[in-house]
Amino acid sequence: METDLGYWIIPLAILGGAIRVSTPFLFVSLGEALTERSGRINLGLEGTLVFGAMSGYALAYLTGSPWLGVLAAAICGALLGVVHGVICSLPKVNDIAVGIAMMILGMGLAFYFGKPFVQPVAPDLPAISFGWWSDIPQVRAALEVNVLFLIGAALAVLLWWMLRATRVGLTLRVVGDSTDAARAMGLRPAVIRTCATAVGGAFAGVGGAYMSLYYPGSWNEGISSGQGLMAVALVIFARWNPLACFGAALLFGGAGALGPVLQSVGVSEGYYLFFAAPYVLTLGVLIATSSPTRAMTGAPGELSITK
Amino acid sequence: MLLSISEKATRARPGFGWAGLTRRAEAVVLPIGALLAGFAVFSLFLLLQGKSPADFFALVYRAGFGTVFSWENTLSRAAPLLLAALCVALPARLGLVVIGGEGAIVLGGVGAGFAGAVLGGTPALIALPAMLLTAMVIGALWIGAVGALRHYRGVNETIASLLMAYIAIALMNHLVEGPLRDPASLNKPSTAPLADALKAGHIPGWDVHWGLVFGVFACVLAWVLIDKTTWGFAARIAGGNVRAAQLQGLPVGKLIVGFTALGGAFAGMAGFFEVAAVHGSANASLAGGYGYTGILIAFLARHNPLAIIPVAILLAGFEASSGLVQRRMDLPDATVMVLQGFVFIAILMSETLYGRFKIFAPERWRSA
Repeated sequence: METDLGYWIIPLAILGGAIRVSTPFLFVSLGEALTERSGRINLGLEGTLVFGAMSGYALAYLTGSPWLGVLAAAICGALLGVVHGVICSLPKVNDIAVGIAMMILGMGLAFYFGKPFVQPVAPDLPAISFGWWSDIPQVRAALEVNVLFLIGAALAVLLWWMLRATRVGLTLRVVGDSTDAARAMGLRPAVIRTCATAVGGAFAGVGGAYMSLYYPGSWNEGISSGQGLMAVALVIFARWNPLACFGAALLFGGAGALGPVLQSVGVSEGYYLFFAAPYVLTLGVLIATSSPTRAMTGAPGELSITK
Repeated sequence: MLLSISEKATRARPGFGWAGLTRRAEAVVLPIGALLAGFAVFSLFLLLQGKSPADFFALVYRAGFGTVFSWENTLSRAAPLLLAALCVALPARLGLVVIGGEGAIVLGGVGAGFAGAVLGGTPALIALPAMLLTAMVIGALWIGAVGALRHYRGVNETIASLLMAYIAIALMNHLVEGPLRDPASLNKPSTAPLADALKAGHIPGWDVHWGLVFGVFACVLAWVLIDKTTWGFAARIAGGNVRAAQLQGLPVGKLIVGFTALGGAFAGMAGFFEVAAVHGSANASLAGGYGYTGILIAFLARHNPLAIIPVAILLAGFEASSGLVQRRMDLPDATVMVLQGFVFIAILMSETLYGRFKIFAPERWRSA
């Protein structure tokens, strides 16, 4: 059945694009939210994302199972997180600078070991079609939702509940808000922060595996263009709340889908400018939500970027 | 409050006598130790894959520092790295971590290419300074904006500067593929090629462009500014304690915007030399990653502009040898990046060692 959707195709494609593009944002921002709630910032998640993309793709190709790839990406991400966490536990070491170094190391290692996997084709992650009720192929394409997106959404709710209502969540919040209070309670802030960074790294690794195993769906050295970093800014925008991270990830995914969508309907004027849309949006959001005088609401007290 | 400032100032600037001497020694020995530790970890990494670290470092020496030709290659690459590192080191004096110098390099280069195309017929004596000035002003505005956002809006400068680098690259792609494109550039969209008279030539007798001289001069200038002027002194105080600086009536906002803008101007200058001395027009090659290597150089030099000079030359040598290492040892091109990552982490870990060793603290020698 041929249906002429006219310009309706644009919002539809942006919706579909938002769901597709937002998944890495979602996983990285949830991981970063968890890490930052413990009082540390990990800028290295960009490197973790790229390494996750590489390791996930490589293992999926070698074993034939995309899920083993996702698992490998999570483990590698956790290991990179542990390295970041342990180094930052040394006195006088700046967590932002370590993040930059981990970004370079993560990307370097991913490119180094990923060279042989640029050519081969690895199996894709499965998707579920929510567009069965429609005859219009564009609607079906837009509502083709990957399983990882659903897992990410569930994870957002789970993390929100965990931070709010569980002992683990409370521990994490205490450590993030006051090192002294945590020590007084007999907690060990450095260990807890390292664990939070490791779990955050695992999430970012899964986000990377999504990129190489589903969308865009192949491994190459240009796979990430700052998504890991934008996700860090997104966490500030979402006020360290996992549920808000979900909404923010969708918004950023939509902005990221703008360039490819306009290209597909034949708009070529200012093509590169539309590719800058997510960065401009991120910067705009950062400017709008920052303030020179007061600390940001919801910000963990020990976080270096808001102190 | 006064006491805390003077304490900070004396700590930042070692004097003479034993205490000054040993503190200087610490500032030299620890970074070199960290560099060697980074090399050691990288060697282990190579050994695990059955590659010889000895071969690697021998090749780097040959391709980067072995002959006159390799020195020329290394020094040509060092020029933009010196300037890119200053874009990190100057704001760092105020406690800011600015990592988006790549954006200023890219846009400065586009500005220089555009100015060169417009001024095609004018004498080089007017056109070249105009191109350089355009590039520096664009760079200064771009990174100065990061400083202004930081001070007046409280926007985190690390994230903002990196986002702006991505925006700058998108803007460059838009400009060289659209409004500023030379229709004759088919395979690689570029601005119109510069007239031969508008090329920044080579240092007489050497195959190294003038960017090296400007870069070294900029480092010396930045050192004088930081170490020998009241502005530099004020910046160091503000970097140590913003509240104290404000209570002393120091113009913290102006210092932040000024230092970030100066860093951006130097990065823009790097873009000018990439266009006027290397590529001959502005195109996507401008985003070559010099801005990112500059971050590592600044941290290795511990944000000391004079130390940037040897460190930039060293890392330029590694980048210059990358091709030969790839071919001879069958290693991927990302090998140098892995090495940079290990060295970067080692240098950051060494921060924790300052003040730990008795040998560098004469006042504690007796209690040994």
